Amino acid sequence: MMEATMTDTVTAAKEQKMEDRLLPDKTIGEVHVDDARMTARSVDVYYGDKCAINNVTLDIGVGQVISFIGPSGCGKSTFLRCLNRMNDTIDICRVDGEIKIDQDNIYDPRIDVVSLRARVGMVFQKPNPFPKSIYDNIAYGPRIHGLANNKVELDEIVELSLTRAGLWNEVKDRLDQPGTGLSGGQQQRLCIARAIAVSPEVILMDEPCSALDPIATAKVEELIHELREQYTIVIVTHSMQQAARVSDRTAYFHLGTLVEVGETKQIFTNPTHELTQDYITGRFG
Amino acid sequence: MGDLKEDFARHISSEFNEELEELCADLMKMGGLAERQVRLAVECQEQFDSALVDQIRSAENSVNAWEIRIDELVAGVIARRQPTASDLRLVLVVSKIVRDLERAGDEASKVALMAQQAHESGRTSTVGLVEVRSIGEQVIRLLGDSLTAFARLDVDMALDIARRDKEVDRVYQSALRSLATFMIEDPREIGHVLNVMWVLRALERVGDHATNIAEHVIYLVKGTDVRHLSVTNVEETLKNQ
Repeated sequence: MMEATMTDTVTAAKEQKMEDRLLPDKTIGEVHVDDARMTARSVDVYYGDKCAINNVTLDIGVGQVISFIGPSGCGKSTFLRCLNRMNDTIDICRVDGEIKIDQDNIYDPRIDVVSLRARVGMVFQKPNPFPKSIYDNIAYGPRIHGLANNKVELDEIVELSLTRAGLWNEVKDRLDQPGTGLSGGQQQRLCIARAIAVSPEVILMDEPCSALDPIATAKVEELIHELREQYTIVIVTHSMQQAARVSDRTAYFHLGTLVEVGETKQIFTNPTHELTQDYITGRFG
Repeated sequence: MGDLKEDFARHISSEFNEELEELCADLMKMGGLAERQVRLAVECQEQFDSALVDQIRSAENSVNAWEIRIDELVAGVIARRQPTASDLRLVLVVSKIVRDLERAGDEASKVALMAQQAHESGRTSTVGLVEVRSIGEQVIRLLGDSLTAFARLDVDMALDIARRDKEVDRVYQSALRSLATFMIEDPREIGHVLNVMWVLRALERVGDHATNIAEHVIYLVKGTDVRHLSVTNVEETLKNQ
């Protein structure tokens, strides 16, 4: 029994060594862009002693859709959550390095995290509308951030947000009904409308379509395509085809390392690193 | 340099491995048939035999059927697997190579048809036969090697094919000049010599198709599109990668 455990440990150590050997010292591809909305420099993330993200440097360009792909546990969601300090909610999590939005260091103690999360909105894997009316789901953010001076202005924000999220025509006659009564796809678009309502600069999406059917997925993807004009979008997805369809740039993470980043077309036709190639073509590593 | 089969075997989906293997195996079978078609056509020029013409026609039908079958497989893989990176390049390249092979087969049929016409008109002249034999042998080897380069993912071999095709082009141009001189010297042979010129033209095109296949192999392995570049430029481009 003991012997078997030791053999397993040795095998695991060997595999780990092999993976480490394959990981590049430096991210392959152009991590910088000319017009960056957010910049991450030498970012490390630790959960206790465990290093979840190792020395990631990456620019996220204005008006761009960038997707993060990689196997489970590669750190893509962890890195995404660093971008609006969602990891602050985890006690044992520590973030080193520097992340800026428009030159403001988001980990500066003087930064108001609530305002930051309005600037960098988030849409989660599972649609999570508030247990409130459709109207109040959208109006909640603008109200707490004081974005509307009166009811007319608030109505305008609600209509504009729902219109941008492609949901207005479907819900305009039932704004007082609960958001949770909508279909899954509509709920996810409601959550996107809720994120838009506070005029963010960046929208983070963590596997936004994994709970949706193909039609609802297509609608969300179409929405991402339309929203890229006004917002910078960062999307984590397990569907490589989705990354290929919606993003301008693709970043491949592996074991907490940003292995390769590049134009989506290049990553999906001619990736440079073997790990990227193996992952996107569905090969054994 | 690698090996196609070894490369496929690493997919997590064994069914996907099998589909790609089938695609390549079928392509090699089709390539073998097209190569045989060209070889028989050149033999027909040297020594006409109506049985050979029948064999070439039958091979042409098979090559056409393979073209349709392989394109169906390609469409199936794209629809079911949404291939990416080297897999995507592979299915794209297979679809293109299929087309080049089918066209090489068409050129072989033209050569056979010329032989039949010459035979039926009772011509016995051997003018141009040496050139037909020489260019014929060279392009048959080019076509065979282009398929080997594909199977082995051999970029060096692909580059060598492109170089050798330039040599075929030079021999072809030189043959045209000497045949033109011959026509001036002996106008009675004009009909026959024109026939030979068409044959040479068809064979030279087979060499071009082999070069196209070699270029597809380079794209497959390196991900760089080298079509319409000179051999020197291709070498430069690959060196700078």
